Amino acid sequence: MKEGIRTIQIRALSRVEGEGSLTIRLKGNRATDVQLRIFEPPRFFEAFLRGRSHAEAPDLTARICGICPVAYQMSSCRAIESALDLQVDERVRALRRLLYCGEWIESHALHVFLLNAPDFLGYPDALAMAKEHADAVKRGLRIKKAGNAIVARVGGREIHPINVRIGGFYRAPTRSELDGLLPEIEEAIRAVRESFAWAAAFSFPELEHDYEFLALRHPDEYPLLEGRVVSSSGIDVEASDFETIIVEEQVPYSTALHARIRGRGAYFCGPMARFNLNFDRLSADAKLAARSIGLSPPCKNPFKGILVRLVEIFYALDEAHRIIDTYAPPHPSFVEVAPRAGRGCGCTEAPGASFTTAIRSTRRA
Amino acid sequence: MPARARPKLAVWKFASCDGCQLTLLDCEDELLAIADRVQIAHFREASRAEIAGPYDLSLVEGSITTPEDENRIQQVRRASKALVTIGACATAGGVQALRNFGDVREFRAVVYATPETISTLATSTPIARHVRVDFELQGCPVNKTQLLEVISAFLNGRRPAIGAHSVCVECKQRGNVCVVVGRGLPCLGPITHAGCGALCPSYHRGCYGCYGPMEAPNPRSLTRSLVGTGSTRASIVRSLRTFYADAEDFRRHSTDLLREDETP
Repeated sequence: MKEGIRTIQIRALSRVEGEGSLTIRLKGNRATDVQLRIFEPPRFFEAFLRGRSHAEAPDLTARICGICPVAYQMSSCRAIESALDLQVDERVRALRRLLYCGEWIESHALHVFLLNAPDFLGYPDALAMAKEHADAVKRGLRIKKAGNAIVARVGGREIHPINVRIGGFYRAPTRSELDGLLPEIEEAIRAVRESFAWAAAFSFPELEHDYEFLALRHPDEYPLLEGRVVSSSGIDVEASDFETIIVEEQVPYSTALHARIRGRGAYFCGPMARFNLNFDRLSADAKLAARSIGLSPPCKNPFKGILVRLVEIFYALDEAHRIIDTYAPPHPSFVEVAPRAGRGCGCTEAPGASFTTAIRSTRRA
Repeated sequence: MPARARPKLAVWKFASCDGCQLTLLDCEDELLAIADRVQIAHFREASRAEIAGPYDLSLVEGSITTPEDENRIQQVRRASKALVTIGACATAGGVQALRNFGDVREFRAVVYATPETISTLATSTPIARHVRVDFELQGCPVNKTQLLEVISAFLNGRRPAIGAHSVCVECKQRGNVCVVVGRGLPCLGPITHAGCGALCPSYHRGCYGCYGPMEAPNPRSLTRSLVGTGSTRASIVRSLRTFYADAEDFRRHSTDLLREDETP
């Protein structure tokens, strides 16, 4: 039987952040080559960060991405603090975790309700989808708004927060400022509970693949700000040894570097990897919620990422509530140490399918 | 009488972080109402629908950094009745305009193992350097309320009511104690365009200029006062050369400071 050769070409991917195209070559029903071409123009952050003060890194790196600026701010803070041997106060850490939860919530809600759900329900976008699924879209916007409210209250604004600095925050929010977020968080928790059954009823193509999942793992928390780097095939190293296992390579058709596990190849990071490698670190309620929609690790169907994100939204809302309930403003709101030469690495869990790493060496000016 | 067709809104991206266009999707309370009044004709981050031009209003995010984009902005202009730039990249070249003060070939070699395959221009330039722009909205990122004001103004055929005064005015409106006087912090507020609502001073931080220069700023006078309170000239140059590095007023003054330091 003669097998036809076909090429599927998507010239511009929509409802994603950034710019890319996709080419798939098929022989019969088998893909022989897949090229994801990112044509996002390079902006050279690695180059212009040289010669800047260490204190400017969180503001500068935030501008890499308007959807997950907190991920870059947190990773650059962690990297510089590790280079300076700077330990932040436990209360600063809690506040950072709260800020990061806010970003997970707004970014995941954007992904689930505005970007991904229209694929399952067959609409060009969420606005068209809202004509027949108004309740779902409104729930999504309510959840997204709660996430943005957390980022704005702690960080000053939703996009490119201004309150983050090396060693802590410029100003710690007061207890009553954070308590003011609780009604909105509780409403969002109700909205995500109401969304589980809606999303679980989507039709998911039967597809499973034996991915190597890679994520951070913390001794007792679901990972956000720190942990060891672990994988489903046995990697387990300190975050500072990240470069010994991951290599970045340029490919001729893309402006984005390709990260691979040394000597092995592709890996899968982001929500599904976190879920699979850290299910035991989720709260009891989040585990129950996952099981109620038929999710348990290992989940190897990439289409179910939308469900995993809903579980993570639920977890992050719950965690945000817990942090606010026990919040005591750090005093002082930051610690300061003089810069010196050093090398540091910071790995944190960005909300989307990215695993942010920042490696910096600082030299005394 | 047939209902009037909804005006067509297009959102275009050039070199940027996507934050300014995200600001539109962050209007959670207004988004569905906006979609009722306008037809989203091109907004790739939000929709796969593509409706042909001409567009009543094009919002342009990002700066021009590649030969392809030099070309594409001309097409966007031709297809747009009104064109508004949103954010620091589109109005001043953005943080990626730091290459304008260096050597892009060297920058490229820092990031890429085979730099020659990466197509890029020596400079990052604002949209107005390439085509006629009907309004420029400042900010890194733009402010949500101001973005809604701009959209509503253009769709109703009026000029947007956006002030060009300094952040200092917003501090006074908010009742902030001046961070320079009260805390001795360096602050770019006196020369920076309003729009953020004096955010940084409200968080006990000096303004870092992410809304760019105000109308007719006096950076020379600010430098004198900053040096008087302990800032180094090098740190002033760096703070001017950040998110609005290549905006005329900031570029001229930072270049002057460096030149004066070289002259004995």
